[in-house]
Amino acid sequence: MANAHATDHPADKYYVPHESPWPIYGSATLFVFMIGLCGWLNEWYGPWIFAIGTLMLIGLFVGWFAVVINEHQKGMYNMQVDRSFRMGMLWFIFSEVMFFAAFFGALFYARQLSVPWAGGEGVKIFNSLLLWKDYSAGWPTNGPMALGPRDDGSFETIPAFGLPAINTAILLLSGVTLTIAHHAIKEGNRRILNIFLGVTILLGFIFVGVQSWEYIHAYRDLGLQLSTGIYGSTFFMLTGFHGLHVTLGAIMLLVVWFRTMKGHFTPQRHFGFEAVAWYWHFVDVVWLGLFVFVYWV
Amino acid sequence: MANTATHDHAHDAHDHKPQGLKRWLYATNHKDIGTMYLVFACVLFFLGGAMALVIRLELFQPGLQFVDPGFFNSMTTMHALLMIFGAVMPAWTGLANWMVPMQVGAPDMALPRLNNFSFWLLPFAFTLLLLTLFVPGGAPAGGWTLYPPLSLQAGDSFPLTIFAIHLMGISSILGAINVVVTIMNMRAPGMGLLNMPLFCWTWLITAYLLIAVMPVLAGAVTMLLTDHFFGTAFFTAAGGGDPVMFQHIFWFFGHPEVYILILPAFGVVSEIIPTFSRKPLFGYESMVYATASIAFLSFIVWAHHMFTVGMPLAGQLFFMLSTMLIAVPTGVKVFNWCATMWKGSISFETPMLFALAFLFLFTLGGFSGLMLAIVPADFQYHDSYFVVAHFHYVLVPGAVFAIMAGVYYWLPKWSGKMYDERIGKLHFWLSTIGVNVLFFPQHFLGLAGMPRRIPDYSTQFADWNMVSSIGAFIFGFSQLLFVYVVWSAVRKGAPAPQRPWEGAHGLEWELPTPAPYHSWETPPSREVVTKGVMH
Repeated sequence: MANAHATDHPADKYYVPHESPWPIYGSATLFVFMIGLCGWLNEWYGPWIFAIGTLMLIGLFVGWFAVVINEHQKGMYNMQVDRSFRMGMLWFIFSEVMFFAAFFGALFYARQLSVPWAGGEGVKIFNSLLLWKDYSAGWPTNGPMALGPRDDGSFETIPAFGLPAINTAILLLSGVTLTIAHHAIKEGNRRILNIFLGVTILLGFIFVGVQSWEYIHAYRDLGLQLSTGIYGSTFFMLTGFHGLHVTLGAIMLLVVWFRTMKGHFTPQRHFGFEAVAWYWHFVDVVWLGLFVFVYWV
Repeated sequence: MANTATHDHAHDAHDHKPQGLKRWLYATNHKDIGTMYLVFACVLFFLGGAMALVIRLELFQPGLQFVDPGFFNSMTTMHALLMIFGAVMPAWTGLANWMVPMQVGAPDMALPRLNNFSFWLLPFAFTLLLLTLFVPGGAPAGGWTLYPPLSLQAGDSFPLTIFAIHLMGISSILGAINVVVTIMNMRAPGMGLLNMPLFCWTWLITAYLLIAVMPVLAGAVTMLLTDHFFGTAFFTAAGGGDPVMFQHIFWFFGHPEVYILILPAFGVVSEIIPTFSRKPLFGYESMVYATASIAFLSFIVWAHHMFTVGMPLAGQLFFMLSTMLIAVPTGVKVFNWCATMWKGSISFETPMLFALAFLFLFTLGGFSGLMLAIVPADFQYHDSYFVVAHFHYVLVPGAVFAIMAGVYYWLPKWSGKMYDERIGKLHFWLSTIGVNVLFFPQHFLGLAGMPRRIPDYSTQFADWNMVSSIGAFIFGFSQLLFVYVVWSAVRKGAPAPQRPWEGAHGLEWELPTPAPYHSWETPPSREVVTKGVMH
């Protein structure tokens, strides 16, 4: 079983790993995580099982990725394996694109169809004649019944050319610094690589910080919450899932940074770096869509 | 056969398998994982089938006999979720696991650990889903489509259902990524894309559909979750949202999903019909292009599931015409299968019988689909038993028959044993008669106006309901024969030759029988590839 033994694995063979406990551990982890979440939401019990699931999840990532990093460092992956990883990552990012597409779809549907219909557009005229006489459909809106935390149903939005524009600049800049780091890894310039990767991570966390500050402001001062009708729903779900992805991306960059500082990767072989870089550019692009369609127009 | 011989030798030395429970829990071997997928699918097929029999038992006569209406609704919902996500999809992934590496000349799937992760997510996902049967409020009862506001009124089952779907989605996406990467990156030298067996092609396209639409379903059910627990207003008109929006997002997933269930069936049938006609497949390239066209069209037809919900005339026309357009590539396929058999030297072993039943009965389901595509007609048929008859014709004698055809076809290669042809044929005839007695009368019921998802009905529907229920029990119990045939073949079947079907082509038949634990540790030589390729 030549290609299943780590030690005598010939470089020209496709690496098919040993039996591994991580996949089933991972499945069990997600089960605990989700049953914890279910019980918490249903108020069967507190968040404890969810917390255990979260710890197991961290263990999963640390453990499984450690195995893969080790195998990589031992040179057990030939170029064909490398290509499998790249393709896998690209298709994974495509699936993420489609996840965001669902929420963008909801945003466009609300803005183009459901909100005008609620206001009595076209054949839906009876909505304005009988049902919601005073509702003037426009955007932003929290709907004909003006759902939201304030008693008078009012809320304010965050202007695009304040913090969001600054955040756009931060995220775009982080894309540039990451690209500089990417060129550096290809040229074997480790000093530039470490510096610019560090800067990218810093910018990433600054972005998340600014976003959190903006959320607190929206919740406390603007009457803009998840429950603020369709505007609040789309705003927080889109920016929230994006923020989650930026946070994950920044953590991934952090891991890669530790690896580059330990001297991992070569100018030719740096799949871990590249995968995270692709991921980072993907969250960048999603942000541009958010900035234009959620904050600006 | 020099190449096979060298492989044989190599495999003799390498064929020791990991032993005991670890072999399955920690599996990385595509055949072991494929077997687990198939066994899992079979178990859920019987579980989902038992639920279907509860439904048919209650509908045997008008009036409420056996179950209360709430539980009946849970049964329809759970039956659908189990059969779609637990039986048919895992069965296809199991077949892909077994066959794709063997057919493209690869040692294993490209990402073996991810492969096992995809599988093991499923038992956990369905544990979550089946737990809903025991929580306050009972299992989800608003239909598998989870339309709000009805689905939001579920009891404690609600988050369990949502998270179960999330887990199934993750499993499908990861499984699909594995198939795409295996096909794109692991083909043996000389195995061009247009040399691949059609099963690989149809699965490649299926995998693309899965990666594109499972995340959309995840998004849709996430919105349901936040609407239920966190006060968002995606599907609440009072807040500017719209319950119909859910239907759009859901069916943007849902329509490609039905092709996810059927495209691999096209692949299997495209392997079996040429084998037993002893002729190469007619119009190989047109089959590939037709599959791709169907996949493309699947993204722009979704609203035909919701014509009666109210949409602009332009929308109705667009979705009606785009839906009808699907008949063109599907017609190409049916034509090609018929042309493959034309003047062939046909024999009727069990896999061929199932493939032929597929050809006739799937086409019938396709025709009723065309009827449903016509907007004014759909206004009549919508939510009636006609729809139930339609999609069961494409899913049961369509997808399920093709899965069974595939199992009968490849079982000798997998196990090294032949199944009992006599019992196989008995299974086929009981299934085919049963399935038609079961579903054909439902066309009449629907056209006469019987609504679906109803535990009781008006007495004029009694006769055909009784017939349908009798068919259901014939069909359901004859599936036990299938388990018996497979089990007895594996246990005590006659040894199978390397190429049990004389007309079979493809790299899998160049491997020894039973297929060695690691398929193509050394890639097949160009000579073997050319020999195994029929195009």
